[in-house]
Amino acid sequence: MNVNEAMRSLGRARFPLGAPDWPAGVDRPAPERKVGLDYDHEWSRRYPARLVRAAILDNVTRPLAHLVAPATIRGDEHLRHLEAPVIFAANHASHLDTPLLLTTLPVRFRHRTVVGAAADYFFDRPWKAALWSLTLAAIPIERSRVNRSSADVAAELLAKKWNLVIFPEGGRTPDGWAQAFRGGAAYLALRTGAPVVPVYLHGTRRILPKHDDQHPGGSGTENAGRGLRRAEVTVMYGPPLSPAEGENARRFGVRIERAVELLAREVATDWWTARRASDDGDSALHGPEAVPWRRAWALGPPDGTREERSWPASPFTRAKRSPRRRTGPGRLRSTSGS
Amino acid sequence: MTPRPGFVLEVDGSTPPTLFWKGEGFTLERLPEGSRVIYAPEPLDALKDPVGAIRHALEHPLGDSAPLSALLRPGMKLTICFDDVSLPLPPMEAPDARQMVIEEVLDAAATAGVDDVVLIAALALHRRMTEPELRHALGDRVYEAFAPHGLLTQHDAEDPENLVHLGKTSEGEDVEINKRAATSDLLVYVNISLVAMDGGHKSVATGLASYKSLRHHHNPTTMRHSKSFMDAPSSALHTSNWRMGRLIADSGVKVFQIETTLNTDTFPSQFAFLQRREWEWTLRDRATYTATAAALDATPGRLARQIFHSIKAPHALTSVQAGEVEAVHEQSLVSVWRQQGVVVEGQSDIVTMGLPYICPYNVNSIMNPILVACLGLGYFFNLYRGKPLVREGGVLIMQHPTKPDFDPAFHPSYIDFYEQVLTETTDPTEMHKLYEESFATDPWYIHLYRTGHAYHGVHPFYMWYWCAHALEHLGRVIVLGGDPKAVRRMGFSPASTMADALEMAKDVVGPSPTLTHLHAPPIMLADVQ
Repeated sequence: MNVNEAMRSLGRARFPLGAPDWPAGVDRPAPERKVGLDYDHEWSRRYPARLVRAAILDNVTRPLAHLVAPATIRGDEHLRHLEAPVIFAANHASHLDTPLLLTTLPVRFRHRTVVGAAADYFFDRPWKAALWSLTLAAIPIERSRVNRSSADVAAELLAKKWNLVIFPEGGRTPDGWAQAFRGGAAYLALRTGAPVVPVYLHGTRRILPKHDDQHPGGSGTENAGRGLRRAEVTVMYGPPLSPAEGENARRFGVRIERAVELLAREVATDWWTARRASDDGDSALHGPEAVPWRRAWALGPPDGTREERSWPASPFTRAKRSPRRRTGPGRLRSTSGS
Repeated sequence: MTPRPGFVLEVDGSTPPTLFWKGEGFTLERLPEGSRVIYAPEPLDALKDPVGAIRHALEHPLGDSAPLSALLRPGMKLTICFDDVSLPLPPMEAPDARQMVIEEVLDAAATAGVDDVVLIAALALHRRMTEPELRHALGDRVYEAFAPHGLLTQHDAEDPENLVHLGKTSEGEDVEINKRAATSDLLVYVNISLVAMDGGHKSVATGLASYKSLRHHHNPTTMRHSKSFMDAPSSALHTSNWRMGRLIADSGVKVFQIETTLNTDTFPSQFAFLQRREWEWTLRDRATYTATAAALDATPGRLARQIFHSIKAPHALTSVQAGEVEAVHEQSLVSVWRQQGVVVEGQSDIVTMGLPYICPYNVNSIMNPILVACLGLGYFFNLYRGKPLVREGGVLIMQHPTKPDFDPAFHPSYIDFYEQVLTETTDPTEMHKLYEESFATDPWYIHLYRTGHAYHGVHPFYMWYWCAHALEHLGRVIVLGGDPKAVRRMGFSPASTMADALEMAKDVVGPSPTLTHLHAPPIMLADVQ
């Protein structure tokens, strides 16, 4: 009998030589799973992991992101005099948003930034939790209900001079227009005193939209079922915001949302037009209040090739649908007949 | 250079061999001296600004119709119907004509504040379109805006809940069409008139109809009296559709018809030789032909089919018109004939044709023997106005492999039709009486039609009825290169070489026959004087 046969016969052996059977009448205890909010991500901020992450971000993620999503970065002058910790609050349309944002941040922020990621999505399996912690410095955030431990962890990291990327919508847009912002970023800013930098990410949904299992190929998934599609994107930073004297989290949250909205208008038009546009309900961030097909229609063509759109009527949203017409920051090329 | 008109060549000793399609492949055949070959007119120039032309058409409608923008208002119910995957052939390169038109219509609807908009693929008893086909026809933007919300639908001729009976025509024909379309404040129909039989009242009266309504004109008697389908005044099929269309209008259904016509730019540049006259083939054309023909002969059928069905035609818009149905269609016909018309003097004893890999009913699928018959005898035979190209009692020789292969997903009832009906009879009238109803009402076929991508159970009968006029007119049908068993099953004669086929034809038409070859595709319409 060789060693393998001996091991096999041992495996077949009856208890006590073999493993015991579990009595049918006794419930098996749930295996201890340290995933989700309970995942221990401390290791991902130690030097070996930071070194690996920096190497991956700079040598793999950054070139890949540049390949599929060549980015125009605007407003980065607002970051010039900022010191950590900073909270970056961005709209969220695609899984591409996080790597894009991280790789376009100035180096002094890039390698000392954690990303708030949905605990139920990115941390539901040990391997996923480890992967995202290592490559993106993700930390689990509870998005379906208010959870103090998520906020405590984030506040603790901010106190340790880590920057935080947070998507206040709580998930990627299902239809192309931003969802209402939640108050997490404002709350953390009030609690820690860290400034909030509003960020508008434009165009990532064209490359990798959210897939909706209910409507395969649908729910505004322009690119559904056809993998990654290369497109140009814009990352627009706004001036940092801090809570005003006596301002509560709810009001500050609204101010953050408006700041991102302003950036959206600015990407669509120019700095001056964005500021002049009245708040008439045709939101450049949240889209028109209309039936679903008209909201989808107002997004404009996926490739932005057609010249003029008709909904909503305000000038900033009209231009937003033709982003390719942009010739430079804040300028629109005139198009004959339109 | 101005596109050259169609041309009839008389074959002499110096004429090079003539290109014949044979399914997923082609060959060169030497025709007897004195034969005539009809070449299609060259593709007309495309509209320089198609979107501008569409906008102009919508705002300057023909006939008794207001501009589209004046017909749209908030709170209204708008339904946009469009031709299905059977048009155009081959499918055109993006953007499809339907996409261009529908985007403009939707822009106008959004501007007017119309919320209740539904899109319907007007597919009658055809198979439902797949998602990639819908995306190709409508564009991603339209698909994304409507499909996820259930607002992009496909006509279901077997859904009693969504059909409405509008009445009977003076000839007692039931008019039953899609309820959503019929009860809308405005029905916009977006058509592609690839040939002269498309469009007009046929768009709504056929595309959105039920079996109960369709059977009044899709039957052997009507088809036999459609001489030809391409000549509406002489087509019983169209006369019936026009009666129904007028009843639909009288019932209060407001139809805003948008018709587009395409040029005959049928094949991409790598297959340019397919639409050139053989004696004008360049060195590159000859090399491409030789390499392609040899490669296709050695390629497994399935792969060859995939290659051909991936071809997108560089068709371009030659006209777009909108407004009242009959006024619009009249203008479309002018454009179609301007592109496709060829004057031909007199008939011949024999007509030859090479049948390509595609017909309206096998897009992305297999061309089974019944569809081969339909393409040759139903479509190509009917590409005439005045008189058929072949004299009564003459012979039609068509080249196609005619393999008894079927697509079980798209054409399930065709398999049973081939095995059960054609083994008993090839007479359209007899099969109509004996078998049609059982196929048309078979619950399994209906289920597959409604939930899968199957043609309706009755569809193979209709394909055979399309042949009825030709079957009655011709003395013999010879299939060159066809599978002998399949060809005989359909009542035709198989031949392995052109020489054999001509010898067989002489048994019917005499020892010194006249011969005309229809050099299609590209499509042409013979105006036989």
